[in-house]
Amino acid sequence: MSVTEELLNQRPEGWNRPAPQVPDDEGELLEIAMGPHHPSTHGVFRMDVALDGERVVRLKAVFGYLHRNHEKIAEGVSYLASMPYTDRLDYICPITNNWAYALAVEKLAGQEVPERAEYLRVILGELTRFQNHASSIGFLIQEMGASGTPLMYAFKAREKVLDLFEELTGARMMVNYMRFGGCRVDASPAWLERTRKVVAGLPGFVDEFERLLATNEILMARTQGVGILKPELAINAGVTGPMLRASGVNYDIRKVDGYGIYNRFNFRVPLGDHGDVYDRFMIRLLEMRESIGILNQALKEIPIGPVMDPKAKLRGFRPKAGEAYGRIEAPKGELGFYLISDGGPNPYRYRVRPPSLINLTVLEDMCLGHDVADVVLIFGSVDIVLGEVDR
Amino acid sequence: MKTVEEIKSAIEAALPSAGVEIVPNPSPSAQHSLRLKQESALAVAKFLRDDAELALDYLSNVTGVDWPDSLEAVYHLYSVAKKHGPVILRMRTVDRTDQVELPSLTPVWRSAEFQEREIFDLYGIVFTGHPDLRRLLMWDEFKDHPMRRDYREPDDFEYEPTAHDEVLKRAREHQAAMAGEKEAGAGA
Repeated sequence: MSVTEELLNQRPEGWNRPAPQVPDDEGELLEIAMGPHHPSTHGVFRMDVALDGERVVRLKAVFGYLHRNHEKIAEGVSYLASMPYTDRLDYICPITNNWAYALAVEKLAGQEVPERAEYLRVILGELTRFQNHASSIGFLIQEMGASGTPLMYAFKAREKVLDLFEELTGARMMVNYMRFGGCRVDASPAWLERTRKVVAGLPGFVDEFERLLATNEILMARTQGVGILKPELAINAGVTGPMLRASGVNYDIRKVDGYGIYNRFNFRVPLGDHGDVYDRFMIRLLEMRESIGILNQALKEIPIGPVMDPKAKLRGFRPKAGEAYGRIEAPKGELGFYLISDGGPNPYRYRVRPPSLINLTVLEDMCLGHDVADVVLIFGSVDIVLGEVDR
Repeated sequence: MKTVEEIKSAIEAALPSAGVEIVPNPSPSAQHSLRLKQESALAVAKFLRDDAELALDYLSNVTGVDWPDSLEAVYHLYSVAKKHGPVILRMRTVDRTDQVELPSLTPVWRSAEFQEREIFDLYGIVFTGHPDLRRLLMWDEFKDHPMRRDYREPDDFEYEPTAHDEVLKRAREHQAAMAGEKEAGAGA
Protein backbone atom coordinates (compact mmCIF):
# COMPACT_ATOMS: atom_id res chain seq x y z
CA MET A 1 0.00 0.00 0.00
CA SER A 2 1.37 3.45 -0.83
CA VAL A 3 1.79 6.05 1.88
CA THR A 4 -1.01 8.16 0.46
CA GLU A 5 -3.50 5.30 0.62
CA GLU A 6 -2.32 4.42 4.09
CA LEU A 7 -2.85 7.98 5.28
CA LEU A 8 -6.30 8.15 3.76
CA ASN A 9 -7.26 4.81 5.25
CA GLN A 10 -6.10 5.61 8.75
CA ARG A 11 -8.67 7.52 10.74
CA PRO A 12 -7.44 7.49 14.33
CA GLU A 13 -10.25 7.68 16.83
CA GLY A 14 -10.66 9.73 19.96
CA TRP A 15 -10.19 13.40 20.68
CA ASN A 16 -6.62 13.02 21.79
CA ARG A 17 -5.28 11.72 18.48
CA PRO A 18 -3.81 14.05 15.86
CA ALA A 19 -6.06 14.79 12.90
CA PRO A 20 -4.66 13.13 9.79
CA GLN A 21 -3.04 15.39 7.23
CA VAL A 22 -4.44 14.80 3.78
CA PRO A 23 -1.88 15.35 1.01
CA ASP A 24 -2.83 17.37 -2.05
CA ASP A 25 -2.95 15.33 -5.20
CA GLU A 26 0.05 16.91 -6.89
CA GLY A 27 3.12 14.74 -7.12
CA GLU A 28 4.13 11.93 -4.82
CA LEU A 29 4.81 11.69 -1.15
CA LEU A 30 8.42 11.39 -0.12
CA GLU A 31 9.41 9.16 2.74
CA ILE A 32 12.54 10.12 4.64
CA ALA A 33 14.24 8.36 7.53
CA MET A 34 15.69 11.16 9.66
CA GLY A 35 18.18 9.29 11.74
CA PRO A 36 19.43 7.11 13.35
CA HIS A 37 22.55 9.08 12.46
CA HIS A 38 21.28 12.59 12.06
CA PRO A 39 23.12 15.52 13.63
CA SER A 40 19.93 16.84 15.22
CA THR A 41 19.00 13.70 17.12
CA HIS A 42 21.76 13.96 19.77
CA GLY A 43 22.24 10.24 19.63
CA VAL A 44 20.61 7.39 17.82
CA PHE A 45 16.94 8.02 17.16
CA ARG A 46 14.92 7.85 13.98
CA MET A 47 11.95 9.79 12.72
CA ASP A 48 10.23 8.24 9.72
CA VAL A 49 8.78 11.29 8.02
CA ALA A 50 6.38 11.36 5.08
CA LEU A 51 6.54 14.63 3.20
CA ASP A 52 4.15 16.27 0.77
CA GLY A 53 6.49 18.76 -0.81
CA GLU A 54 8.07 20.23 2.31
CA ARG A 55 5.05 19.66 4.53
CA VAL A 56 5.09 16.85 7.07
CA VAL A 57 2.04 14.61 6.69
CA ARG A 58 3.19 11.77 8.92
CA LEU A 59 5.94 11.31 11.48
CA LYS A 60 6.65 8.11 13.35
CA ALA A 61 9.36 7.95 15.96
CA VAL A 62 11.47 4.80 16.10
CA PHE A 63 13.20 4.01 19.39
CA GLY A 64 15.43 1.39 20.84
CA TYR A 65 18.84 1.93 19.28
CA LEU A 66 20.32 2.52 22.72
CA HIS A 67 18.16 0.00 24.56
CA ARG A 68 20.12 -1.98 27.12
CA ASN A 69 17.30 -3.15 29.39
CA HIS A 70 18.37 -1.06 32.34
CA GLU A 71 15.31 -2.20 34.29
CA LYS A 72 16.13 -5.88 33.91
CA ILE A 73 19.74 -5.32 34.96
CA ALA A 74 18.55 -3.47 38.06
CA GLU A 75 16.34 -6.43 39.02
CA GLY A 76 19.42 -8.61 39.17
CA VAL A 77 21.57 -6.49 41.47
CA SER A 78 21.19 -4.94 44.91
CA TYR A 79 19.44 -1.61 45.43
CA LEU A 80 22.67 0.26 45.91
CA ALA A 81 24.33 -1.23 42.84
CA SER A 82 21.80 0.51 40.58
CA MET A 83 22.75 3.93 41.89
CA PRO A 84 25.80 4.44 39.61
CA TYR A 85 23.82 3.07 36.69
CA THR A 86 21.15 5.75 37.08
CA ASP A 87 23.86 8.28 36.14
CA ARG A 88 23.82 6.82 32.66
CA LEU A 89 20.11 7.41 32.05
CA ASP A 90 20.09 11.14 31.45
CA TYR A 91 23.82 11.69 31.37
CA ILE A 92 23.47 15.46 31.18
CA CYS A 93 21.82 15.50 34.62
CA PRO A 94 23.16 12.57 36.66
CA ILE A 95 22.50 14.28 40.00
CA THR A 96 18.74 14.45 39.51
CA ASN A 97 18.67 10.79 38.41
CA ASN A 98 20.44 9.85 41.63
CA TRP A 99 18.02 11.98 43.58
CA ALA A 100 14.89 10.46 42.08
CA TYR A 101 16.14 6.94 42.73
CA ALA A 102 17.26 7.75 46.27
CA LEU A 103 13.89 9.37 46.94
CA ALA A 104 11.98 6.30 45.76
CA VAL A 105 14.07 3.94 47.88
CA GLU A 106 13.76 6.24 50.90
CA LYS A 107 9.99 6.16 50.47
CA LEU A 108 10.08 2.39 50.19
CA ALA A 109 12.17 1.95 53.34
CA GLY A 110 10.88 4.93 55.35
CA GLN A 111 14.37 6.39 55.46
CA GLU A 112 15.03 9.89 56.84
CA VAL A 113 17.53 12.29 55.28
CA PRO A 114 19.57 14.73 57.41
CA GLU A 115 19.15 18.46 56.92
CA ARG A 116 22.56 19.19 55.43
CA ALA A 117 22.19 16.40 52.89
CA GLU A 118 18.85 17.87 51.78
CA TYR A 119 20.50 21.24 51.24
CA LEU A 120 23.35 19.66 49.29
CA ARG A 121 20.80 17.83 47.14
CA VAL A 122 18.99 21.07 46.37
CA ILE A 123 22.23 22.91 45.58
CA LEU A 124 23.47 20.19 43.25
CA GLY A 125 20.01 19.65 41.74
CA GLU A 126 19.61 23.31 40.87
CA LEU A 127 23.13 23.52 39.47
CA THR A 128 22.17 20.52 37.32
CA ARG A 129 18.99 22.22 36.16
CA PHE A 130 20.96 25.34 35.30
CA GLN A 131 23.54 23.58 33.17
CA ASN A 132 20.92 21.35 31.51
CA HIS A 133 18.79 24.31 30.46
CA ALA A 134 21.85 26.25 29.28
CA SER A 135 23.09 23.41 27.10
CA SER A 136 19.62 22.52 25.82
CA ILE A 137 19.17 26.12 24.64
CA GLY A 138 22.62 25.95 23.10
CA PHE A 139 21.72 22.78 21.22
CA LEU A 140 18.44 24.28 20.05
CA ILE A 141 20.20 27.29 18.56
CA GLN A 142 22.83 25.01 17.07
CA GLU A 143 20.06 23.15 15.28
CA MET A 144 18.78 26.41 13.85
CA GLY A 145 22.09 26.76 12.10
CA ALA A 146 23.90 29.14 14.46
CA SER A 147 26.84 26.83 14.41
CA GLY A 148 28.99 26.91 17.48
CA THR A 149 28.76 30.29 19.14
CA PRO A 150 25.68 30.00 21.40
CA LEU A 151 26.52 26.39 22.24
CA MET A 152 30.01 27.37 23.27
CA TYR A 153 28.63 30.18 25.44
CA ALA A 154 26.39 27.62 27.13
CA PHE A 155 29.20 25.16 27.57
CA LYS A 156 31.39 27.85 29.11
CA ALA A 157 28.85 28.13 31.96
CA ARG A 158 28.30 24.38 32.08
CA GLU A 159 32.04 23.84 32.42
CA LYS A 160 32.15 25.83 35.66
CA VAL A 161 29.31 23.75 37.11
CA LEU A 162 30.94 20.50 36.03
CA ASP A 163 34.17 21.59 37.72
CA LEU A 164 32.22 21.95 40.97
CA PHE A 165 30.72 18.46 40.49
CA GLU A 166 34.16 17.06 39.86
CA GLU A 167 35.63 18.61 42.95
CA LEU A 168 32.84 17.33 45.20
CA THR A 169 32.05 13.92 43.75
CA GLY A 170 35.18 12.98 41.85
CA ALA A 171 33.48 12.83 38.47
CA ARG A 172 32.22 15.44 36.05
CA MET A 173 29.24 13.47 34.79
CA MET A 174 29.03 9.97 36.31
CA VAL A 175 28.78 11.32 39.83
CA ASN A 176 27.27 8.40 41.82
CA TYR A 177 26.76 10.88 44.62
CA MET A 178 23.57 10.10 46.53
CA ARG A 179 22.85 7.32 48.95
CA PHE A 180 19.66 6.11 50.61
CA GLY A 181 19.56 8.42 53.62
CA GLY A 182 21.91 11.17 52.49
CA CYS A 183 24.89 11.89 50.29
CA ARG A 184 28.16 10.07 49.83
CA VAL A 185 30.61 12.80 50.86
CA ASP A 186 30.31 16.10 52.64
CA ALA A 187 31.08 19.42 50.99
CA SER A 188 34.06 21.27 52.40
CA PRO A 189 33.74 24.96 53.35
CA ALA A 190 36.15 25.72 50.53
CA TRP A 191 33.84 23.98 48.03
CA LEU A 192 30.84 25.93 49.30
CA GLU A 193 32.83 29.15 48.99
CA ARG A 194 33.79 28.32 45.41
CA THR A 195 30.17 27.43 44.62
CA ARG A 196 29.05 30.80 45.96
CA LYS A 197 31.58 32.46 43.71
CA VAL A 198 30.41 30.51 40.65
CA VAL A 199 26.74 31.16 41.43
CA ALA A 200 27.49 34.87 41.79
CA GLY A 201 28.76 34.80 38.20
CA LEU A 202 25.77 32.95 36.75
CA PRO A 203 23.29 35.88 36.48
CA GLY A 204 25.80 37.66 34.28
CA PHE A 205 25.86 34.66 31.99
CA VAL A 206 22.07 34.52 31.78
CA ASP A 207 21.89 38.24 31.01
CA GLU A 208 24.45 37.85 28.28
CA PHE A 209 22.69 34.79 26.87
CA GLU A 210 19.36 36.58 26.88
CA ARG A 211 20.76 39.69 25.20
CA LEU A 212 22.36 37.48 22.59
CA LEU A 213 19.28 35.40 21.81
CA ALA A 214 15.92 36.49 23.16
CA THR A 215 15.25 39.30 20.68
CA ASN A 216 17.27 37.87 17.84
CA GLU A 217 15.19 38.37 14.73
CA ILE A 218 16.10 35.09 13.07
CA LEU A 219 15.43 33.11 16.23
CA MET A 220 12.04 34.76 16.66
CA ALA A 221 11.11 34.18 13.02
CA ARG A 222 12.06 30.54 13.16
CA THR A 223 10.53 29.64 16.54
CA GLN A 224 7.44 31.77 17.17
CA GLY A 225 4.22 30.00 16.25
CA VAL A 226 6.09 26.79 15.44
CA GLY A 227 5.28 23.48 17.09
CA ILE A 228 2.35 24.67 19.19
CA LEU A 229 1.24 22.33 21.94
CA LYS A 230 -2.20 22.91 23.46
CA PRO A 231 -2.41 22.68 27.27
CA GLU A 232 -5.24 20.07 27.26
CA LEU A 233 -3.26 17.77 25.01
CA ALA A 234 -0.08 18.37 26.98
CA ILE A 235 -1.75 17.23 30.22
CA ASN A 236 -3.50 14.29 28.60
CA ALA A 237 -0.30 13.11 26.93
CA GLY A 238 1.63 13.24 30.19
CA VAL A 239 4.02 15.94 29.03
CA THR A 240 5.95 17.37 31.98
CA GLY A 241 8.66 19.85 32.81
CA PRO A 242 9.43 23.02 30.86
CA MET A 243 7.41 21.64 27.90
CA LEU A 244 4.24 21.54 29.99
CA ARG A 245 4.81 24.92 31.60
CA ALA A 246 5.54 26.52 28.22
CA SER A 247 1.97 25.54 27.30
CA GLY A 248 0.76 27.53 30.29
CA VAL A 249 0.02 24.73 32.76
CA ASN A 250 1.13 25.56 36.27
CA TYR A 251 2.54 22.22 37.40
CA ASP A 252 5.95 22.08 39.00
CA ILE A 253 6.56 19.04 41.19
CA ARG A 254 8.90 21.09 43.37
CA LYS A 255 5.82 23.13 44.32
CA VAL A 256 3.18 20.38 44.14
CA ASP A 257 4.96 17.68 46.15
CA GLY A 258 7.45 19.91 47.95
CA TYR A 259 9.78 16.92 48.10
CA GLY A 260 13.03 17.30 50.02
CA ILE A 261 12.97 20.82 51.44
CA TYR A 262 11.69 22.70 48.40
CA ASN A 263 8.80 24.27 50.30
CA ARG A 264 11.33 26.34 52.27
CA PHE A 265 12.51 28.27 49.24
CA ASN A 266 11.01 31.24 47.51
CA PHE A 267 10.80 30.79 43.79
CA ARG A 268 8.35 31.40 40.98
CA VAL A 269 7.15 29.02 38.30
CA PRO A 270 7.49 30.68 34.89
CA LEU A 271 4.60 29.91 32.52
CA GLY A 272 4.37 30.22 28.78
CA ASP A 273 1.52 31.67 26.80
CA HIS A 274 1.55 30.09 23.35
CA GLY A 275 3.23 26.74 23.86
CA ASP A 276 5.47 27.17 20.84
CA VAL A 277 9.21 26.58 20.46
CA TYR A 278 10.02 30.15 21.49
CA ASP A 279 8.07 29.76 24.73
CA ARG A 280 9.96 26.59 25.56
CA PHE A 281 13.23 28.42 24.96
CA MET A 282 12.09 31.35 27.10
CA ILE A 283 10.80 29.14 29.94
CA ARG A 284 14.20 27.48 30.19
CA LEU A 285 15.87 30.88 30.33
CA LEU A 286 13.52 32.04 33.09
CA GLU A 287 13.90 28.80 35.04
CA MET A 288 17.65 29.34 35.02
CA ARG A 289 17.07 32.63 36.85
CA GLU A 290 14.80 30.95 39.41
CA SER A 291 17.42 28.26 39.95
CA ILE A 292 19.98 30.92 40.76
CA GLY A 293 17.53 32.34 43.31
CA ILE A 294 17.11 28.93 44.98
CA LEU A 295 20.87 28.41 44.94
CA ASN A 296 21.50 31.72 46.69
CA GLN A 297 18.97 30.89 49.42
CA ALA A 298 20.28 27.35 49.91
CA LEU A 299 23.91 28.44 50.02
CA LYS A 300 23.05 31.03 52.64
CA GLU A 301 21.02 28.72 54.89
CA ILE A 302 22.96 25.45 54.65
CA PRO A 303 23.43 24.11 58.21
CA ILE A 304 26.30 22.15 59.76
CA GLY A 305 25.69 18.49 60.44
CA PRO A 306 26.02 14.96 59.12
CA VAL A 307 25.27 14.18 55.47
CA MET A 308 24.28 10.56 56.11
CA ASP A 309 21.61 9.33 58.47
CA PRO A 310 23.63 7.23 60.98
CA LYS A 311 20.81 4.66 61.05
CA ALA A 312 20.89 4.23 57.26
CA LYS A 313 21.88 0.78 56.14
CA LEU A 314 23.88 0.45 52.96
CA ARG A 315 25.26 -3.08 53.04
CA GLY A 316 22.71 -5.84 53.43
CA PHE A 317 19.93 -3.36 52.67
CA ARG A 318 16.62 -5.24 52.47
CA PRO A 319 13.49 -3.11 52.54
CA LYS A 320 10.29 -4.77 53.72
CA ALA A 321 7.91 -6.11 51.11
CA GLY A 322 5.87 -3.35 49.52
CA GLU A 323 6.11 -0.77 46.81
CA ALA A 324 6.77 2.93 46.35
CA TYR A 325 6.70 5.50 43.59
CA GLY A 326 8.97 8.50 44.06
CA ARG A 327 9.17 11.37 41.61
CA ILE A 328 11.04 14.63 41.28
CA GLU A 329 11.04 17.59 38.94
CA ALA A 330 14.08 16.73 36.86
CA PRO A 331 15.26 19.35 34.35
CA LYS A 332 13.50 17.46 31.55
CA GLY A 333 10.26 16.73 33.38
CA GLU A 334 8.86 14.30 35.92
CA LEU A 335 11.47 11.65 36.61
CA GLY A 336 10.00 8.84 38.70
CA PHE A 337 11.15 5.51 40.00
CA TYR A 338 8.67 2.77 40.86
CA LEU A 339 10.00 -0.02 43.03
CA ILE A 340 8.40 -3.25 44.20
CA SER A 341 10.20 -5.07 46.98
CA ASP A 342 9.60 -8.70 47.95
CA GLY A 343 11.80 -8.34 51.02
CA GLY A 344 14.92 -9.50 49.22
CA PRO A 345 18.20 -7.67 48.56
CA ASN A 346 17.22 -6.92 44.94
CA PRO A 347 14.13 -5.04 43.81
CA TYR A 348 11.41 -7.34 42.44
CA ARG A 349 10.49 -4.65 39.93
CA TYR A 350 12.40 -1.50 39.13
CA ARG A 351 10.79 0.94 36.75
CA VAL A 352 12.06 4.28 35.47
CA ARG A 353 9.46 6.80 34.38
CA PRO A 354 11.46 8.55 31.66
CA PRO A 355 10.34 12.14 30.97
CA SER A 356 12.24 12.23 27.68
CA LEU A 357 10.32 9.30 26.21
CA ILE A 358 6.89 10.42 27.35
CA ASN A 359 7.44 14.01 26.18
CA LEU A 360 8.00 12.58 22.71
CA THR A 361 4.43 11.18 22.63
CA VAL A 362 3.24 14.47 21.13
CA LEU A 363 6.11 14.92 18.69
CA GLU A 364 3.96 13.92 15.72
CA ASP A 365 1.11 16.21 16.80
CA MET A 366 3.46 19.18 17.01
CA CYS A 367 5.20 18.49 13.68
CA LEU A 368 2.22 17.74 11.41
CA GLY A 369 1.67 20.47 8.86
CA HIS A 370 5.04 22.11 9.44
CA ASP A 371 8.03 22.16 7.10
CA VAL A 372 10.64 19.47 7.46
CA ALA A 373 13.19 22.09 8.56
CA ASP A 374 10.98 22.90 11.56
CA VAL A 375 10.88 19.25 12.64
CA VAL A 376 14.50 19.58 13.69
CA LEU A 377 13.66 22.63 15.80
CA ILE A 378 10.54 21.17 17.37
CA PHE A 379 12.41 18.00 18.22
CA GLY A 380 15.23 20.04 19.72
CA SER A 381 12.82 22.03 21.86
CA VAL A 382 11.54 18.83 23.53
CA ASP A 383 14.99 18.40 25.09
CA ILE A 384 15.65 14.70 25.27
CA VAL A 385 18.58 12.45 26.03
CA LEU A 386 18.57 9.10 24.28
CA GLY A 387 20.15 7.31 27.21
CA GLU A 388 16.91 7.93 29.06
CA VAL A 389 14.52 7.42 26.14
CA ASP A 390 15.76 3.92 25.35
CA ARG A 391 17.09 2.88 28.75
CA MET B 1 -7.06 14.19 48.72
CA LYS B 2 -9.45 11.31 49.25
CA THR B 3 -8.22 8.03 50.69
CA VAL B 4 -8.41 4.86 48.61
CA GLU B 5 -11.48 3.74 50.57
CA GLU B 6 -13.27 6.98 49.68
CA ILE B 7 -12.25 6.69 46.04
CA LYS B 8 -13.49 3.10 46.01
CA SER B 9 -16.88 4.09 47.36
CA ALA B 10 -17.07 7.03 44.93
CA ILE B 11 -16.42 4.65 42.03
CA GLU B 12 -18.98 2.20 43.34
CA ALA B 13 -21.57 4.93 43.74
CA ALA B 14 -21.13 5.98 40.12
CA LEU B 15 -20.58 2.52 38.61
CA PRO B 16 -22.27 -0.13 40.79
CA SER B 17 -20.87 -3.08 38.82
CA ALA B 18 -17.26 -1.82 38.80
CA GLY B 19 -15.98 -4.38 41.29
CA VAL B 20 -12.97 -2.39 42.50
CA GLU B 21 -10.78 -4.01 45.09
CA ILE B 22 -8.22 -2.37 47.42
CA VAL B 23 -4.65 -3.70 47.38
CA PRO B 24 -2.94 -2.63 50.61
CA ASN B 25 0.72 -1.61 50.54
CA PRO B 26 2.52 -2.50 53.79
CA SER B 27 5.63 -0.40 53.08
CA PRO B 28 6.14 2.99 54.81
CA SER B 29 5.15 4.76 51.59
CA ALA B 30 1.55 3.60 52.23
CA GLN B 31 0.64 4.05 48.57
CA HIS B 32 -2.34 1.71 48.45
CA SER B 33 -3.77 0.81 45.10
CA LEU B 34 -7.05 -0.22 43.46
CA ARG B 35 -7.40 -3.36 41.40
CA LEU B 36 -9.79 -3.02 38.48
CA LYS B 37 -11.71 -5.68 36.68
CA GLN B 38 -10.89 -5.91 32.99
CA GLU B 39 -14.51 -5.48 31.89
CA SER B 40 -15.08 -2.22 33.75
CA ALA B 41 -11.57 -0.73 33.65
CA LEU B 42 -12.21 1.70 30.81
CA ALA B 43 -15.40 3.02 32.41
CA VAL B 44 -13.68 3.45 35.77
CA ALA B 45 -10.75 5.24 34.11
CA LYS B 46 -13.12 7.63 32.34
CA PHE B 47 -14.94 8.28 35.63
CA LEU B 48 -11.68 9.02 37.47
CA ARG B 49 -10.59 11.44 34.76
CA ASP B 50 -13.91 13.25 34.40
CA ASP B 51 -15.14 13.30 38.00
CA ALA B 52 -15.10 16.92 39.18
CA GLU B 53 -13.73 16.13 42.62
CA LEU B 54 -11.04 13.62 41.65
CA ALA B 55 -10.11 15.10 38.23
CA LEU B 56 -7.24 12.67 37.67
CA ASP B 57 -6.35 14.20 34.33
CA TYR B 58 -2.71 13.19 34.28
CA LEU B 59 -1.49 9.60 33.92
CA SER B 60 2.12 9.67 34.96
CA ASN B 61 3.50 6.18 34.84
CA VAL B 62 2.53 2.78 33.44
CA THR B 63 4.46 -0.23 34.66
CA GLY B 64 4.37 -3.87 33.68
CA VAL B 65 5.01 -6.45 36.37
CA ASP B 66 5.61 -10.17 35.90
CA TRP B 67 4.11 -12.18 38.76
CA PRO B 68 4.44 -15.97 38.97
CA ASP B 69 0.84 -16.58 37.86
CA SER B 70 -0.10 -13.49 35.87
CA LEU B 71 1.06 -10.27 34.27
CA GLU B 72 0.07 -6.94 35.73
CA ALA B 73 -0.12 -3.33 34.54
CA VAL B 74 0.14 -0.58 37.15
CA TYR B 75 -1.03 2.98 36.43
CA HIS B 76 0.01 5.99 38.53
CA LEU B 77 -2.47 8.85 38.25
CA TYR B 78 -2.16 12.44 39.40
CA SER B 79 -4.32 15.50 39.07
CA VAL B 80 -2.88 18.61 37.47
CA ALA B 81 -6.08 20.54 38.12
CA LYS B 82 -6.33 19.66 41.84
CA LYS B 83 -2.62 18.99 42.40
CA HIS B 84 -3.12 15.73 44.26
CA GLY B 85 -2.14 12.13 43.79
CA PRO B 86 -1.00 9.48 43.32
CA VAL B 87 -3.97 7.18 42.77
CA ILE B 88 -2.71 3.78 41.70
CA LEU B 89 -4.67 1.41 39.49
CA ARG B 90 -3.72 -2.17 38.74
CA MET B 91 -5.03 -4.73 36.29
CA ARG B 92 -4.08 -8.38 36.03
CA THR B 93 -4.19 -10.74 33.09
CA VAL B 94 -5.80 -14.15 33.53
CA ASP B 95 -2.54 -16.00 33.08
CA ARG B 96 0.94 -15.53 31.64
CA THR B 97 0.66 -17.52 28.42
CA ASP B 98 -2.67 -17.52 26.57
CA GLN B 99 -4.97 -14.91 28.02
CA VAL B 100 -2.67 -11.91 28.23
CA GLU B 101 -5.13 -9.24 27.09
CA LEU B 102 -5.87 -6.11 29.09
CA PRO B 103 -7.99 -3.14 28.03
CA SER B 104 -5.83 -0.23 26.89
CA LEU B 105 -6.28 3.05 28.74
CA THR B 106 -4.69 5.04 25.89
CA PRO B 107 -8.12 6.29 24.70
CA VAL B 108 -8.50 7.95 28.11
CA TRP B 109 -4.92 9.13 28.72
CA ARG B 110 -2.70 9.53 25.72
CA SER B 111 0.44 9.29 27.88
CA ALA B 112 -0.14 5.54 28.01
CA GLU B 113 0.51 5.28 24.29
CA PHE B 114 4.26 4.68 24.35
CA GLN B 115 4.29 3.12 27.80
CA GLU B 116 1.74 0.45 26.87
CA ARG B 117 3.69 -0.22 23.71
CA GLU B 118 6.76 -0.72 25.87
CA ILE B 119 4.93 -3.18 28.12
CA PHE B 120 3.59 -5.04 25.09
CA ASP B 121 7.15 -5.22 23.84
CA LEU B 122 8.93 -6.25 27.02
CA TYR B 123 6.21 -8.23 28.85
CA GLY B 124 3.84 -9.36 26.14
CA ILE B 125 0.63 -7.90 27.54
CA VAL B 126 -1.71 -7.29 24.61
CA PHE B 127 -3.61 -4.03 25.15
CA THR B 128 -6.92 -4.26 23.33
CA GLY B 129 -8.12 -0.93 21.98
CA HIS B 130 -4.62 0.53 21.67
CA PRO B 131 -4.49 2.51 18.41
CA ASP B 132 -0.95 1.58 17.45
CA LEU B 133 0.26 -1.50 19.32
CA ARG B 134 3.75 -2.26 18.03
CA ARG B 135 7.03 -3.05 19.68
CA LEU B 136 8.69 0.08 21.05
CA LEU B 137 12.26 -0.75 21.99
CA MET B 138 13.00 -4.13 20.41
CA TRP B 139 12.83 -4.57 16.65
CA ASP B 140 9.67 -5.85 15.00
CA GLU B 141 11.04 -9.30 14.12
CA PHE B 142 12.05 -9.99 17.70
CA LYS B 143 10.19 -12.96 19.14
CA ASP B 144 10.21 -13.06 22.94
CA HIS B 145 9.55 -10.62 25.78
CA PRO B 146 12.84 -9.83 27.49
CA MET B 147 11.55 -8.40 30.77
CA ARG B 148 9.77 -11.63 31.70
CA ARG B 149 11.48 -13.49 34.50
CA ASP B 150 11.70 -16.75 32.56
CA TYR B 151 13.19 -15.08 29.49
CA ARG B 152 16.18 -16.88 28.04
CA GLU B 153 18.55 -15.38 25.54
CA PRO B 154 17.94 -16.81 22.08
CA ASP B 155 20.51 -19.16 20.65
CA ASP B 156 21.03 -17.18 17.48
CA PHE B 157 24.07 -15.09 18.23
CA GLU B 158 27.32 -15.97 16.54
CA TYR B 159 29.92 -17.60 18.72
CA GLU B 160 33.46 -16.41 18.39
CA PRO B 161 35.33 -18.24 15.64
CA THR B 162 38.08 -19.19 18.06
CA ALA B 163 35.70 -20.27 20.77
CA HIS B 164 37.29 -21.20 24.02
CA ASP B 165 35.99 -23.94 26.25
CA GLU B 166 33.70 -21.81 28.32
CA VAL B 167 31.80 -20.45 25.33
CA LEU B 168 31.52 -23.88 23.77
CA LYS B 169 30.29 -25.37 27.05
CA ARG B 170 27.68 -22.66 27.37
CA ALA B 171 26.54 -23.20 23.80
CA ARG B 172 26.18 -26.96 24.34
CA GLU B 173 24.16 -26.44 27.50
CA HIS B 174 21.99 -23.90 25.83
CA GLN B 175 21.33 -26.04 22.78
CA ALA B 176 20.46 -29.04 24.95
CA ALA B 177 18.06 -26.94 26.98
CA MET B 178 16.42 -25.53 23.87
CA ALA B 179 16.06 -29.01 22.35
CA GLY B 180 14.48 -30.32 25.57
CA GLU B 181 12.05 -27.45 25.55
CA LYS B 182 11.06 -28.12 21.96
CA GLU B 183 10.37 -31.80 22.69
CA ALA B 184 8.32 -30.90 25.74
CA GLY B 185 6.34 -28.46 23.60
CA ALA B 186 5.76 -31.06 20.89
CA GLY B 187 4.66 -33.67 23.48
CA ALA B 188 2.04 -31.30 24.93
